[in-house]
Amino acid sequence: MKKRNTYIILMLVIVLAVFAGLFAYPNYFNTGVDNLNKNLHLKAPHFPARPFQLGLDLKGGTHLLYEADLAKVAGGDRSSSMQGLRDVIERRINMFGVKEPVVQVQEKGDTYRLVVELAGVNDPAQAIKMIGETPFLEFKEQRPQAETDQILAKQKEVKEKGEANYQEVENWQIAFEDPYFISTQLTGQYLKRADVGSDSTTYKPLIQLQFNDEGAKMFEELTAKNVGKPIAIYIDNVMLSSPNVQEKISGGAAQITGNFTPSEAKELVRSLNAGALPVPIELVSQETIGPSLGAVSLQKSLQAGLIGFLAIIVFMIAFYRLPGVLASLALGIYVALVLALFKLIPITLTLAGIGGFILSIGMAVDANVLIFARLREELALGKSFTLSVSEGFRRAWPSIRDGNLTTLIVAIILFSFGSSFVKGFAMALSVGILLSMFSAITITRTFLKTFEGTRAEKWKWLWK
Amino acid sequence: MSFIKNRKIFFIIASILGLASIAALLVFGLKPGIDFTGGSIMEVEYKDSRPETADINSRLADLKLGELSLQTVGEKGLMLKMKELDENIHQQILSRLSDNPNGEKIAFVEKRFESIGSVVGKELKDKTVTLAILSLLLVVGYIAVAFRKVARPCKSWQYGLVSLVTLFYDILLPLAVFAVLGKFYSVEISIPVIIALLTVIGYTINDKVVVFDRIRENLARGAGASFQEIVDISIKQTLTRSINTSFTVIVSLAALLVFGGDTLKYFSLALLLGVVVGTCSSIFLAGPMLVSWVGWRESRRAGKGRK
Repeated sequence: MKKRNTYIILMLVIVLAVFAGLFAYPNYFNTGVDNLNKNLHLKAPHFPARPFQLGLDLKGGTHLLYEADLAKVAGGDRSSSMQGLRDVIERRINMFGVKEPVVQVQEKGDTYRLVVELAGVNDPAQAIKMIGETPFLEFKEQRPQAETDQILAKQKEVKEKGEANYQEVENWQIAFEDPYFISTQLTGQYLKRADVGSDSTTYKPLIQLQFNDEGAKMFEELTAKNVGKPIAIYIDNVMLSSPNVQEKISGGAAQITGNFTPSEAKELVRSLNAGALPVPIELVSQETIGPSLGAVSLQKSLQAGLIGFLAIIVFMIAFYRLPGVLASLALGIYVALVLALFKLIPITLTLAGIGGFILSIGMAVDANVLIFARLREELALGKSFTLSVSEGFRRAWPSIRDGNLTTLIVAIILFSFGSSFVKGFAMALSVGILLSMFSAITITRTFLKTFEGTRAEKWKWLWK
Repeated sequence: MSFIKNRKIFFIIASILGLASIAALLVFGLKPGIDFTGGSIMEVEYKDSRPETADINSRLADLKLGELSLQTVGEKGLMLKMKELDENIHQQILSRLSDNPNGEKIAFVEKRFESIGSVVGKELKDKTVTLAILSLLLVVGYIAVAFRKVARPCKSWQYGLVSLVTLFYDILLPLAVFAVLGKFYSVEISIPVIIALLTVIGYTINDKVVVFDRIRENLARGAGASFQEIVDISIKQTLTRSINTSFTVIVSLAALLVFGGDTLKYFSLALLLGVVVGTCSSIFLAGPMLVSWVGWRESRRAGKGRK
């Protein structure tokens, strides 16, 4: 009965290992499936190929740290002011065509910083220039219909010509103008601030604008001219909103109503304030890794990992014989599980992370060594194999637990260090430690138990 | 061989190494990297041929780059270290590096550029100190709690304190090696090195735990006649395991050191040194220190009793 349970767990472990292995490295399997499909006219599915998430140091990229000068912003508004800045910069980076940029606000005491991570940027200097520009907020009014038609027609013409020859079109510049709205004198410098309010009857969120004296006059003229028509608000040439003017507004306080959700209203207000009260930022740190260097690092560290892994296996088998083989198998499964988990969570792999992972391979063996050393001792005392296995585990467990938990404590402390190099390392090490404990107490144990009651248990030379 | 009877020899060797390390740290000092001081590093690789360093030096002379150090890497590579730069000056350097007196541009790629503000560096320094102390305290605290049920003659806090002292030692020796490397090969203490040493704390405590754990078990079993004998038996029982596990870790770290590329070089070196020292200190120092401590207390108590 007990033996059957062991076999069931063994099967589960094997299935888990195969899945983890395929998930971590599906290339061979998928090529095999392709060949089968081609030769046998089958339609077998591919194993999902999800790539590892690589950090900037491995795929190349730029890490920028900006410090914001919020001296002119009142204490309570600082957080939202930083969020507005973040939105603005994220929008610009997206237009620059960077995949999955990271733009984060770091708030600590009185210092407010902005972290920008750009992967695979060819020209970081240009990106830095673009990020450093002051956000430009402007109010635009509707274009006359005739002009709109003209611009749209030109755009069509240019599009037909294609990207290479569009300059052949007469007056092609027109096509690059905004077809619907036209700039006015009113810009962000005349806006004092924006706030989220709520409608006194419907309680729907609305946006309140407060202009300065000059702005109030300009806004009054603009609204008088455009009653019944929309006025558009643009930041960095992207339209934020285009409310309709219901009446002439004087006094410099305006409201925008509409079907905003509270979070939409907040985001809009943040962008408006980013344009009204631009926050100066200064680049305090920059790290740029070229893609070629990243690729070399990746290749070298993987090679080192593989060599280390093989050396450990050779040593374990030479020293521990059959248990060594079992430990190597368990170690192989461990590696597959960790890699699969890296993909699944996903954990961004950095060079330091790979270092941490390689270290954890060395450490994962530790639990196995502890168990086998105990197993040998118990067998030497003349105990039966079954008893020796269970005793060996029981006695080895406190050391495994204490040893791994202390390393885990340090890994967690390291995590709070903050810098991305350290985080990658701490994350990989923590995952490695947790899984190595799991692998020692389930996988290795199941392997050993499989031999209980078989003839192999009597061949003492295999175990000693 | 008895580990306990020969403990005086171990203590003497350890003290000599420890004092030499402290001396090395005091005399040479550590060379903090730009992660901690602020500054910048630029690594470029020329496509065809690299201009002479003297030539490059003179091109950059009027840019006021602070203490500029130029270092050639391989055949076509060049590493520049200087004070922190803003983007404007960074671009100027790049354009001067490619300028050629006869007008043509010299082609090169910028492989890496880092500029760390001094404020950021200072913060990181403070944080490192806090985290190092925190790691030591938490790890030692864990030991004290994990061994709280251990019977006489040792109290659990004594295990904790002995591990604290040996952990300190495990960090001290690698740091001294880096002080020497810093003096003669201008190797800097960078974030990776610090991280490696903090990890050493977490890892080498393992070895100490395993030895202490055996002592705990053998005490409960009554495996030896005296505390001395029990500690000696425990060290011998765990010896193979200690050497074997350290060996596997050392193998994987050595692979990383030799094949892992430049970025991880000093990271793996620091870890390697820490693991080696840590293994030795848990075999030769941790147990014997406990015995000496207990012996000293007992003799003092006996002395008091006589009066």
